[in-house]
Formats: sequence, structure tokens, C-alpha cells
Amino acid sequence: MRDLYMFLTGPGLIVALLVFFGGLAARALLYVQGLDWKLDRVAYIPHFKQGLKGAAQSIYRWLIPFGTHGWRKSPFFTVGFFAFHFGVIVLPLLVAGHAVIAENLLGFWLPHLPPAAADFFTLCAIGGAGLILARRIALPEVRHLSTWRDYAVLGLATLPLLSGFLAARHFPGYDYWLLLHMVSAEALLILAPFTKLSHIALFFMSRAQLGMDYSIKRGGDYRGTSFPW
Amino acid sequence: MPQGSLCNREPIKTEEALKTLLADKGGVVYYKEMEELDVDSDLLWSMLKKTCKSRTRTWLEICARCGMCAESCHFYRVNERDPEQVPAFKIQSTLGEMIRRKGRVDNAFMRRAMDYAWGRCTCCNRCGTYCPHGIDTGVMFSYLRGILFAMGFVPWELKIGSGMHRVYKAQMDVTSEDWVDTCEWMEEETCEEWPDLKIPMDVKGADVLYTLNAREPKHYPEDVAQAAILFHLAGESWTMASEGWEQTSLAMFAGDWEACRLQVQNVYDAIERLRPKLVIGTECGHAHRATVVEGPYWVGRPDGKPPAPYIHYVQWLAKMLREGRIKIDPAKKIKEPVTLQDSCNYVRNHGLARCTREIMSYIAEDFREMTPNRENNYCCGGGGGLNGIGRYRKERNKALMTKRDQIIATGAQLVIAPCHNCWDAIRDLEEEYQLGIRWSFLKPLIISMAVIPDHLKAAAEDFVNEA
Ligand code: HEM
Ligand code: HEM
Ligand code: SF4
Ligand code: SF4
Repeated sequence: MRDLYMFLTGPGLIVALLVFFGGLAARALLYVQGLDWKLDRVAYIPHFKQGLKGAAQSIYRWLIPFGTHGWRKSPFFTVGFFAFHFGVIVLPLLVAGHAVIAENLLGFWLPHLPPAAADFFTLCAIGGAGLILARRIALPEVRHLSTWRDYAVLGLATLPLLSGFLAARHFPGYDYWLLLHMVSAEALLILAPFTKLSHIALFFMSRAQLGMDYSIKRGGDYRGTSFPW
Repeated sequence: MPQGSLCNREPIKTEEALKTLLADKGGVVYYKEMEELDVDSDLLWSMLKKTCKSRTRTWLEICARCGMCAESCHFYRVNERDPEQVPAFKIQSTLGEMIRRKGRVDNAFMRRAMDYAWGRCTCCNRCGTYCPHGIDTGVMFSYLRGILFAMGFVPWELKIGSGMHRVYKAQMDVTSEDWVDTCEWMEEETCEEWPDLKIPMDVKGADVLYTLNAREPKHYPEDVAQAAILFHLAGESWTMASEGWEQTSLAMFAGDWEACRLQVQNVYDAIERLRPKLVIGTECGHAHRATVVEGPYWVGRPDGKPPAPYIHYVQWLAKMLREGRIKIDPAKKIKEPVTLQDSCNYVRNHGLARCTREIMSYIAEDFREMTPNRENNYCCGGGGGLNGIGRYRKERNKALMTKRDQIIATGAQLVIAPCHNCWDAIRDLEEEYQLGIRWSFLKPLIISMAVIPDHLKAAAEDFVNEA
């Protein structure tokens, strides 16, 4: 048990992080490399500056809750989405338990959230995942679209939240929750570049591309403002 | 049977082949042959490998299958919210599946993909603006059409349409001689009421070159005359081209990219030959998309722009009204409630919403917006070639319901539709659902409202009163 713990907080963690960051960076680079101005029909380079403005707007507007027509049309989902994503992005960086591990690895102490706040955001994120899952099952159009992979990815992304919370609250079986937490979180990190979780990087690429498309080719010269997302 | 005599992978390249295909009324034999058409999986996969690059692959891969695009699609809304009409489902079960299977798909798969690509998507691009990842399913369907065309799975009318462009350099059998004749004839007719009116042909270095839709000389020659009258009124130095006058592209609807290139090259050649300061296209949405927005890429212009500044008719009209070169008689402004159709092709996809609003402010006293509108407007229901495909007539008529309800909600009985496709769709909508509405391009309305300067008056007054 002790060895496993040492492995998961040491070399295992490092490998997982390398695969995660290296993999996502590679996906982003390959994305750019695979853009083709003739096939995509967007003159990226000659109008690069104009394109960047559109790209920035296209990303920024979609990161604001209810900031776009799309988010406003699905308020229920929007709440679930942001509750879940806020947790899943902020918690790994700011949870006290992680700061301990970071200190062991890096040798210095990182800032972290008070446990009550961490618990709160964790529960919000788990609730958000619950909403997303409920919606996926309840709405016929979403259910019909879903494959086992979609459920699996959502489950895989929620497992570290759930197990982390149970471990941090010292639920019975602490050791096992902690172990499950580390294993599931590292699995998530390793699988991310190879599944639709690659959107962690590719969301920005895809949104930037469409933003450039609309501002370079599809009316940026005339609209006067950025595309009204 | 590998390749049919009518239904096959070869595009139409000769007049004879075109006539043979046309003779197969309704494509009865053509579609029969399609059921037997074989799928060359190796060819399909090699095409996908060559042309399906990171943008499209990423779209297909990161799709969260969240269904946020569902409500945005007009087909989904009018088809009882059928889960099979969700944009993500439509593209994943066709193009997505084709790629996952590395091109190993059968004939039935390809025919279903065709039914989806043309009968369940008008390439209006609305869903792409509702997707959190920015996944533009309309763009992917357009791409899929190209793949299907190359494999021979394309609706009969569009195989003919792209063949027309290859054979006649126009979407209909209008030759250069027919075209020039029509213009001469229209000039003579119009001169009776508008002395000194000219329809100039092939004038080098004019301020304006005007391009249009082959339907106009073929079926609505008065539209050509109306354009001439408005240039005359505005005192514009303008010309048309005897070659390269046709701006539309059924080839774009068909996914025949080579024919798209050939067609738009004709227009660009005319621009290079006549060197106008400005090119103006007629009141057509897809023609604008084809020649101004996508065309530069088909011919490989690295800056993505046509060889000269090229604007839509509504941009020119807004400018003329703004500068007072065409003045509207206040007494003749439209008094009744009137609404406006935003064409996907130049509003969502080319940002011209402000131009048409500006025009409305000069000509209408009670302008009523549809809801939603501008970039967010719904397709008329007949875009992307759907208006013209017999096989999908039922789907098209159903698709008109969204526009029907939007129009009814405005309370207006007059709909201004500065786009040939939208205009047709709204005409058919009236025929199908009998709302008692009227629909119009801008040109005839403006002529009927314009102040005619003294020096142009002559007999013109009578003409205007009739119009
Ligand atoms: C910077 C970071 C991120 C951005 C901008 C982002 C954005 C998005 C967007 C736009 C969607 C599609 C809408 C939806 O279905 O919810 C999505 C879905 C999803 N994201 Fe993220 N994401 C990010 C990071 C993450 C991370 C770190 C995880 C997990 C660890 C994650 C897990 C998920 C999951 C599971 C879904 C699918 C939800 C469903 O089943 O509908 N995301 N994300
Ligand atoms: C990538 C995804 C990860 C997420 C979303 C995540 C999330 C969380 C959450 C929500 C908590 C509980 C906070 C609270 O309620 O107070 C937590 C605690 C913890 N996590 Fe993670 N974590 C991740 C990865 C990891 C990894 C890779 C490790 C170690 C290898 C790790 C080790 C820990 C430890 C040791 C605790 C503290 C448990 C305790 O308090 O006893 N986590 N994590
Ligand atoms: S909205 Fe976008 S991510 Fe969601 S299902 Fe539709 S295409 Fe996929
Ligand atoms: S492009 Fe338009 S018609 Fe096609 S799937 Fe999207 S919303 Fe529907």
C-alpha cells in the first residue's frame, strides 16, 4: 500500500502529468499544422490580425455563463456545465491535499483553498456532473446522440471529484478512496489527449478557428463588431 | 452494376450527356441505377485522407454530444423534434461514420448519406453558432456533399445543375448569344419609357460591372431591365460582360468543386478583362456566397478576395439611398406592415444585416423584424439547393413551416426577400400554406417609389405608375 502510494504520488504522477501536458500540446500543434487555407477556405495568414480579434471574441464569449445565444437557450445545462467545469479546472490546482503532494515534489508550498471552500466547489462540481448526466438521460435528443463513450468520459471525469471528496472528509475506507482518487485522476490525465477530453486544448483551437473564419471570411469586414455569438 | 449509364462518378461534361440526363424525366432511371452503384472504398478513403484535415476531424472527435445544436436547426424544430434531425446526429451518422469505418461503407449507407446531406441540411450554418465547441455542421455537410458527388451519389437535379455550369457556363442553358440578345431586347423595350437608357456591354474601365443570376435573363428578363433602370437613375457608369456574367453556382450546392472553380473563373476573367472599379452582384444570396465569399478560394487566391471589390446589391442600394443618388418619394413609402428575410448566405455568412436595415429605414414606414433575425435568422427552408430537388420536395415543404410561422408572427403581408432562393421559398410557401402574403425583390419596389429627376422624366412617369 505504502509503495503504491509512493508510486502514485511520485513517478506515476509525473508520467501522468507529462502525458497530459505533452499530449495536449501535441494535439494543439497538430491541429494548427493540419489547417489548410485552401481546404478550410480561410485566408488565415494574410488577415491574421483581424482573425485573432475574432478568435479571441469567439473564445471569450463562450467562457461567460449565459454569455451567448447558445448558453441562454439551455439555462439548465449552462448551470451544470459551469458548476462542473469550474470545479474540474480549479480544484486540481487549489486543493490542500494537492499542495502537500506538490511540496513533496517541488519542495515548496503552493497556495490552496480553505477546506470548506474546496468541499463546496467539489459538491457543486459533482452536482453539475449529476445535472449533465440527468439531462443526457432525460432528453430524447441527447440520449439518442449518446454513446457509451460519452457516459464513460463523464464518469471518468467525475470519479476523482467524488473519491477526492470522500477521502478528504475521511469517510470509512479512507485508504481506498484515496487510492481510487489517485488512480482515477491519473487515468483521466493519461486518457485526456486520446479521447474527447482533448477538448481541454482543442476547445480553444476549434473556437479560435471558427472565430477567424467569421472575421476573416464570413463578414468580418462588414459586420462592424465581432460575430454576435 | 459498377457504374450506371446516367448515375456514375463522372460529372457531366458535354451537351449531349446533359441532354440525355435531362431526358430521364424526374431521374427515374438515374435513381434506379443509383441503387446498384458500387462504392469504391479505396478511392473514398484516399479522398477522405487527403481532404479531411484537422479542422473537420477535430469537430467530429470533440463533439460533446450535448445536443445544444438541436434547437438551432430548423429541420429539427419542424419535424416534431425528431432526435435523428439533431445536427450532431446527422453528421456523426454520415460523415463521422464514414471516417470511423475508413470508407468501408455500402451503397445503402451512401444513399442515406445523400438523403441527409441534401434532404436534411440546407447548409445554413445556424447550428455552428449555437455549439459551445464551434462545430459548424453546415460546413461539414457541404464537405460531405463534395465527397458524395465524387462518388456519384448526388440528387439528379444537381448533377444536371453542375453539368449546366460545365457546359453553358451558367446554371441554365443560356449561351452568350442568348444573353447578349436578351440584353439588347430589354434595352429596346425599356428605352420606350426611359429615353437614353442603355444596357452597356463589355465596356472597359466602367465604374461598375454588374453580374447576375441566369434565371433573370431566362425567366425574368424584366429583372435585368430593372437593374438597368436603377443604374440609370443613380447615374452610374456601368457595364455588363458578354462572358462571365453568370454569378450563381448550382455546382456549390452539388459539391462539384471543379465546376465551382470553372464557373467563378469566368467571372474573374471578365473582371480582369474589363477592369471595373467595383463589381456588383444581383439580389441573390448563394451567388454572392459562391462568387464573393468562397470563390476566391476555389480559384486559389491567397488573400481570399475577388480580383476587384465585389459587393452585394443591397450594399450598393444602401449607399445610393444614403448618398441621395436615388431618392425615395415620401408619399410612396411602403405604408403597410412589411418584413424582411435575412438570407443566410450574405447575412449570417457575410455580415450584411445592417445594409438591409438601412434600406428598410428609407422605404418602409412600418418595418417589422422577424424573430429571430440578422445573424440568428432561420433559413427560408429551401436553401442549399433544396428548393430544386424533386426527391426532397416533401422535406422542403415541411421545412418552409419555420419561415411561415415567423412571417405570420410579424403580422406583415409583404415580405421583402432580396435573394432568389428565399424568394422562391416564400413563393412556394404561399402556394403550399395560402397565407395571403406577397413577396418581392427590392428592385421593383425601389423603382415604384423613386423620385424621377426632371431630366429623366419624359415618358418614365407612365412606366413608374404601371410598375
Ligand atoms: C480549459 C478548459 C476546458 C474548457 C474550455 C472546456 C469546455 C467544454 C465544452 C465547451 C464542452 C461541451 C459542452 C458540454 O457538453 O458540457 C465540454 C464538455 C465536457 N468537458 Fe470540458 N472543458 C475544459 C476542461 C475540462 C476538463 C479539465 C475536464 C475533465 C477533467 C472536462 C470534462 C468535460 C466533460 C466530461 C464534458 C462532456 C460533458 C457531457 O457529457 O455533456 N473539461 N467542455
Ligand atoms: C485531475 C484531477 C483531479 C481532481 C479533479 C482532483 C480533485 C480533488 C478533490 C475535489 C479533492 C477533495 C477536496 C476537498 O473536498 O476538500 C482532492 C483531494 C486530494 N487529491 Fe485530488 N484531484 C485530482 C488529481 C489528484 C492526483 C493526481 C493526486 C495524487 C496523485 C491527488 C491527490 C489528492 C489528495 C492526496 C487529496 C487529499 C485527500 C485528503 O484530504 O486526505 N489528486 N482532489
Ligand atoms: S452542440 Fe456541438 S458539441 Fe454539442 S452535440 Fe452539437 S455539435 Fe456536438
Ligand atoms: S447547417 Fe442549418 S440545416 Fe444544416 S444541420 Fe445546421 S442548422 Fe440544420
